[in-house]
Amino acid sequence: MSWPILSTITFLPLLGALLIVLLRGNDESVTRNARYIALWTTLLTFILSLLMWSAFDPTTAQFQFLEERAWLGTIKYRMGVDGISMPFVALTAFLMPLCILASWQSITTRVKEYMIAFLVLETLMIGVFTSLDLVLFYLFFEGGLIPMFLIIGIWGGQRRVYASFKFFLYTLAGSLLMLLAIMAIYWEAGTTDIPTLLTHGFPPEMQKWLWFAFLASFAVKLPMWPVHTWLPDAHVEAPTAGSVILAGILLKMGGYGFLRFSLPMFPLASAEFAPLIFALSVVAIIYTSLVALAQEDMKKLIAYSSVAHMGFVTIGIFTLTMQGLQGGIFQMLSHGIVSGALFLIVGVIYDRMHTREIAAYGGLVDRMPLYAFCFMVFTLANVGLPGTSGFVGEFLSLTGAFRVNSWVAVLATTGIILSAAYALWLYRRIIFGKLEKPSLKFIQDLTWREIAVMTPLIVLTIFFGFYPAPILDASAVSVDALIKNYNTALAAAEQARLALAP
Amino acid sequence: MDFNLATILPELILACGAMALLMLGVFLRKEQGELVLGLAILVIVVAGVFVARGQGTETAFQGSFIVDPFAKLMKLLTLIGAGAALLMSLDYWRGQGRLKFEFPVLVLLATTGMMMMISANDLISLYVGLELQSLALYVIAAFDRDSARSSEAGLKYFVLGALSSGMLLYGASLIYGFTGSTAFAAIAEAVQPSGTNLGLVFGLVFLMAGFAFKISAVPFHMWTPDVYEGAPTPVTAFFAAAPKLAAFALTVRALVAAFPSVTVEWQQIVTFLAIASMGLGAFAAIGQTNIKRLMAYSSIGHMGFALVGLAAGTSEGVEGVIIYLAIYLAMTLGTFACILAMRRNGRLVEDIDALSGLSRTNPLMAFTLAVLLFSLAGIPPLAGFFAKFYVFLAAIHAGLYPLAVIGVLLSAVAAYYYLRIVKLMYFDAPAERFDPMPMALVTVLTVTGLFTLLFFVYPSPLVSIAEAASKSLF
Repeated sequence: MSWPILSTITFLPLLGALLIVLLRGNDESVTRNARYIALWTTLLTFILSLLMWSAFDPTTAQFQFLEERAWLGTIKYRMGVDGISMPFVALTAFLMPLCILASWQSITTRVKEYMIAFLVLETLMIGVFTSLDLVLFYLFFEGGLIPMFLIIGIWGGQRRVYASFKFFLYTLAGSLLMLLAIMAIYWEAGTTDIPTLLTHGFPPEMQKWLWFAFLASFAVKLPMWPVHTWLPDAHVEAPTAGSVILAGILLKMGGYGFLRFSLPMFPLASAEFAPLIFALSVVAIIYTSLVALAQEDMKKLIAYSSVAHMGFVTIGIFTLTMQGLQGGIFQMLSHGIVSGALFLIVGVIYDRMHTREIAAYGGLVDRMPLYAFCFMVFTLANVGLPGTSGFVGEFLSLTGAFRVNSWVAVLATTGIILSAAYALWLYRRIIFGKLEKPSLKFIQDLTWREIAVMTPLIVLTIFFGFYPAPILDASAVSVDALIKNYNTALAAAEQARLALAP
Repeated sequence: MDFNLATILPELILACGAMALLMLGVFLRKEQGELVLGLAILVIVVAGVFVARGQGTETAFQGSFIVDPFAKLMKLLTLIGAGAALLMSLDYWRGQGRLKFEFPVLVLLATTGMMMMISANDLISLYVGLELQSLALYVIAAFDRDSARSSEAGLKYFVLGALSSGMLLYGASLIYGFTGSTAFAAIAEAVQPSGTNLGLVFGLVFLMAGFAFKISAVPFHMWTPDVYEGAPTPVTAFFAAAPKLAAFALTVRALVAAFPSVTVEWQQIVTFLAIASMGLGAFAAIGQTNIKRLMAYSSIGHMGFALVGLAAGTSEGVEGVIIYLAIYLAMTLGTFACILAMRRNGRLVEDIDALSGLSRTNPLMAFTLAVLLFSLAGIPPLAGFFAKFYVFLAAIHAGLYPLAVIGVLLSAVAAYYYLRIVKLMYFDAPAERFDPMPMALVTVLTVTGLFTLLFFVYPSPLVSIAEAASKSLF
């Protein structure tokens, strides 16, 4: 490996942030330059991530683009991606320029700091997916709290202080237990190198403790019921782009954590506690879908819908079948696009009317036909209509679930029906009906900038709905290897148990 | 007989320097405090150069004074703390218009005491060092003699300090009675794990009560908030930086060198002190409105975290303690530089609400303080995370799982009050501007801020020095 492409992708946004720090001049020019530097940096990062995807070899389960440097003794600076992490890097890099564009005019105060916070956040998010050392991973994983805390707290809505504290402390408390588990792993295995750890056989008793410690962190991050309560608050109060990042990427870190650590490192515990995950996920799907039905606030409704959709992800992942795992991964990526897009959709009318209350709208199709079309595409994708990316993920996850436990699958399927109910009802209340509210009489349709933001999202939603192969192919070999290792570990444990039995 | 004055050269420089500066101060008669303060910093730098020289382990005075890598590192850190605190005090006294030359002299004397504490390898030299330090500290706590709060702080510190010294002496005499020696090495030989007797354990408990007072660990912390609040702010900065380090070094050496075979006995005490300190530090700080009081509770909490490393009782644990203290020193100096810069119309403000909206009125100071606060809360990738990482790493290896779990959860609680200050600075509407920051404070703040922010880029030097230092104790 000659050129450290992963480090470049990871730290390029940080470089952009430094450039913005160095900007001098009058306020207006600094603001304008900050926006452009942020946009170009994120675009360049995205292009680099596409180059990385094109150079990625999908026929091997090995980590690729490896980098290694001395850092902290046995804890080294290691980078690398495989078929599971690579798509997430691309997703992050894809969503960031859209976020910057979406904030172009809606953020008018302290633009310089805003762009710096977003670029730093991008570095930390990409680092989560590219790091191949547990301690390094933790550094990125938890470091992301600082910029997100500031984004919610400075540019957020009315109750932003409450929401930012809740977000920070909830996530921190969960991650700290994982930190202790990482330390225990360090002493048990003598290394924090992730590829080595993936095949390290942890003692069965220890696996349980470690598994729960990791669960504490990932369940909060994902979030799973009943530790999801920070999410609606954070989503509602965060600025639009902050919500997009939260829903699009930060939540995915939890799912990625399960895939990367919980399953391969603690297979016995994963097998033992999979029913627990199923139960929590089913509750999450049904309960939060019902809660979503009752919401009066658009962002809150989408936030609860996110929790429900993440339930499909955890079900899919813990079925440990090819379909389920790939469904989970696909669902995460698709949800990253779709829910991010829905928050952008809400942001569009919020920028115009400065309210997120559903009752304040109605009949928008008269004045905003383009907007109504975009909203419809994403609503249907959120429901999981065939032909959109949402369908593929949910279908695969449920297929996996049927092979393992048909009750789980049946109960989870009710969630799809409920999701159709709340999503379509939301759409009806906002877009259809008569345009009666006097305040809406002069509302404008999408601007060119908003169209530029929506177009790539629509294209990808429909493209992946018809042709999911790029993602499925990229992850197939890695997922297959994961399942093989998992089954080998289970078989070995079974052998050991039989050998001990009289 | 080993009697080599070169071994105690840094201490000699400090002591002679203090006396020479005292004479100079009297001789000059006029208020030439700034000159004396500048010279005092020079003396500290020279002493630091001599501390850093030399290799390996040397002893003096029949082994009651030891200079090993551990002592060298801790002495350097203490000197950095003392020197930086002196530097930061310059503009405070200048603003108040009454810099007395006794202040730098007393700081030098206290520093001499700390150096002796760090090198003490015998209960007698331990006590002498401790008292030299404490007596000088009592005086400078009450240095602002026209202020009732400062006098109260000095008096409280003195009375409680005298009580703790009494306990320490009582413990030392019990230990001497049951082991027949005051030298750490001889005590270590005499103490056998099989035949631990109750008298010795009692002695150990009293000794540790004295130590806990000096490092302000709960339940011997009562003096800390009052003294921090009452003492003049540069004195508080000095208290937070140097004496805690020296006292901690003393505690580590006394426990590890004199009682290695009864680790189990003192481990329980240290574990209790750690949990109590972390808990009180986390919860009591939430309600504070005075920034100096808040820092007092924060320091109590941080001593608790450092004690987690000691509780492990292993060489990794001591390594964690050293890393923790080094990083804590940087963070605390930086934070106090900010506190000293909180002045309006030449007067210090101590109300936390005064920081409101600082990110608008002074973005650089707000950013640096935010970095320091996030670091104090232990959020990666800042230096404070690595401090906590190494102590908890050692605790996990030693199998102290309950301690580790309680510790990390309390650190999440503690994060709340640091975040509260960040919230004031970044989320709230701006308050009145502060006066421009003096150069000395800018220097300290820049160095500590950059260290805290960029420590993660190249952490291995500190880690390897700390490792070598802790190995020298075992």
